[in-house]
Amino acid sequence: MKRFLEMIGGKFIEFIRYAGGISILMGQTLFWIPMPPFRRRQIFEQMSKIGVDSLPIVFLISMFTGMVLALQSAYQMQRFSAEMYIASLVAFSMTRELGPVLTALIVAGRVGASITAELGTMKVTEQIDAMETLATNPIKYLVVPRFLALIIMLPVLTIYSDIVGVFGGYIVGVYKLGISHAMYMKNTWQPLKYKDIFTGLIKSFFFGIIICIVACYEGMTADGGAEGVGRSTTRCVVVSFILIIASDCFFTALFYFIGR
Amino acid sequence: MIEIINLCKSFGGHKVLDNLNLCINTGATTVIIGRSGCGKSVLLKHIIGLMRPDSGQVIIDGKDVTKMDEKELSALRLRFGMLFQGAALFDSLNVYENVGFNLIEHTSSSDAEISKAVKESLALVGLKGIENKKPSELSGGMKKRVGLARAICMRPQIMLYDEPTTGIDPIMGDSINDLIVELHNKLKVTAIAVTHDMTSAYKIADRIAMMYNGKIIANGTPEEIKSTKDPIVHQFITGASKGPITEGIDFEHLIKQ
Repeated sequence: MKRFLEMIGGKFIEFIRYAGGISILMGQTLFWIPMPPFRRRQIFEQMSKIGVDSLPIVFLISMFTGMVLALQSAYQMQRFSAEMYIASLVAFSMTRELGPVLTALIVAGRVGASITAELGTMKVTEQIDAMETLATNPIKYLVVPRFLALIIMLPVLTIYSDIVGVFGGYIVGVYKLGISHAMYMKNTWQPLKYKDIFTGLIKSFFFGIIICIVACYEGMTADGGAEGVGRSTTRCVVVSFILIIASDCFFTALFYFIGR
Repeated sequence: MIEIINLCKSFGGHKVLDNLNLCINTGATTVIIGRSGCGKSVLLKHIIGLMRPDSGQVIIDGKDVTKMDEKELSALRLRFGMLFQGAALFDSLNVYENVGFNLIEHTSSSDAEISKAVKESLALVGLKGIENKKPSELSGGMKKRVGLARAICMRPQIMLYDEPTTGIDPIMGDSINDLIVELHNKLKVTAIAVTHDMTSAYKIADRIAMMYNGKIIANGTPEEIKSTKDPIVHQFITGASKGPITEGIDFEHLIKQ
């Protein structure tokens, strides 16, 4: 019993320490953002790594998701002869939910893991210590450019994912289910409001913050050589995924009650 | 002058620095010797403010490093150069950007000035024509030299060397020792090196201090250390497997295991 309580207590302390560490890193990142010098070159480099390089995978996954969504809903809607609403269903699902969440999960797996591995390797090979001895703050130099790049590029990727997903639905709707081009486009755009797109983008902005802070925190606290970096990378992906899904639930509920 | 007063640091209940006291004279090269994992690198990281102690002071020119804020520490660190055990070159930058890192980040020097300073620093460590290479293309010895060039690029007043000869062959190790001595003569810096390589220690040191159980147990010139009567220091400098340091450790049993 005593051992059980000790384990629970230990886990709780670990959780508090983790939450504290993440919060401190977040605070320090916000503190360093407005401080000169502004490293435009590094920010653009990161934007390219995070955004441009993710385009093919986001394209593939969003396209297939849009297609599957159209096919699955066709299966149900054909019973009520309501196939023409497939366009609206795909558009709503992609912009409000699947676009932001899928993109965030892809980026967390692809970019978050690589940030942790890179910073983790820098930590265990003393490069971060070396940076401090060269009078350069590692948060300003390493975290801030990644943070800015992620909060800019994740919403951009989300818009891209929304468009590709709708296009995937369009291919199935028009070429497989025989909905006319005009009808599909009308049913996509007409019911869609700016609010639907914005709620998705607000979510993706916060997902960007989560991915960056978790990845950087895991990287900068890595220890124990290559094995430790591997452990941190796994933890980064797991924690990011959990936080993305949990905060998605929170935001969806929030927008639902606000929008009522 | 660098004064370390009653410095204490523990990790997970294990005392690594235990009321450690040490005085380092300006312009001299002090070598801190001790077994692997005895806290030599930890001590070095306290001197440059990378770690905060549990208690105690590190006074550099009358100012306590342990009480400095981020801004003061940054200003202080510009006076330091540090060579890390694995050189700690930035993988994503090439040799030019590594060596000129401080100048690029902290000065408004023109590209021509930075290029000149980088070339000079590389020449001081006996390298040329490798500015565009990435650290992954360099050998261990070259990495250490580039690390040294990066540390001296801003002409520091205090140099810290963390195991300067570890991980490289003896010949390259000796050439690093020669470089350290040469840099000391040319740049007149105060230097602190931590090592367990006694050949290196004798070659570069003006003074040698031995660290054991979180304290400095001996401090003297290389000759004084060589002729010491202290059994702990004697065992360490002669590299004997039997003696007071290893009392209770059965090496033969460990090997059999």
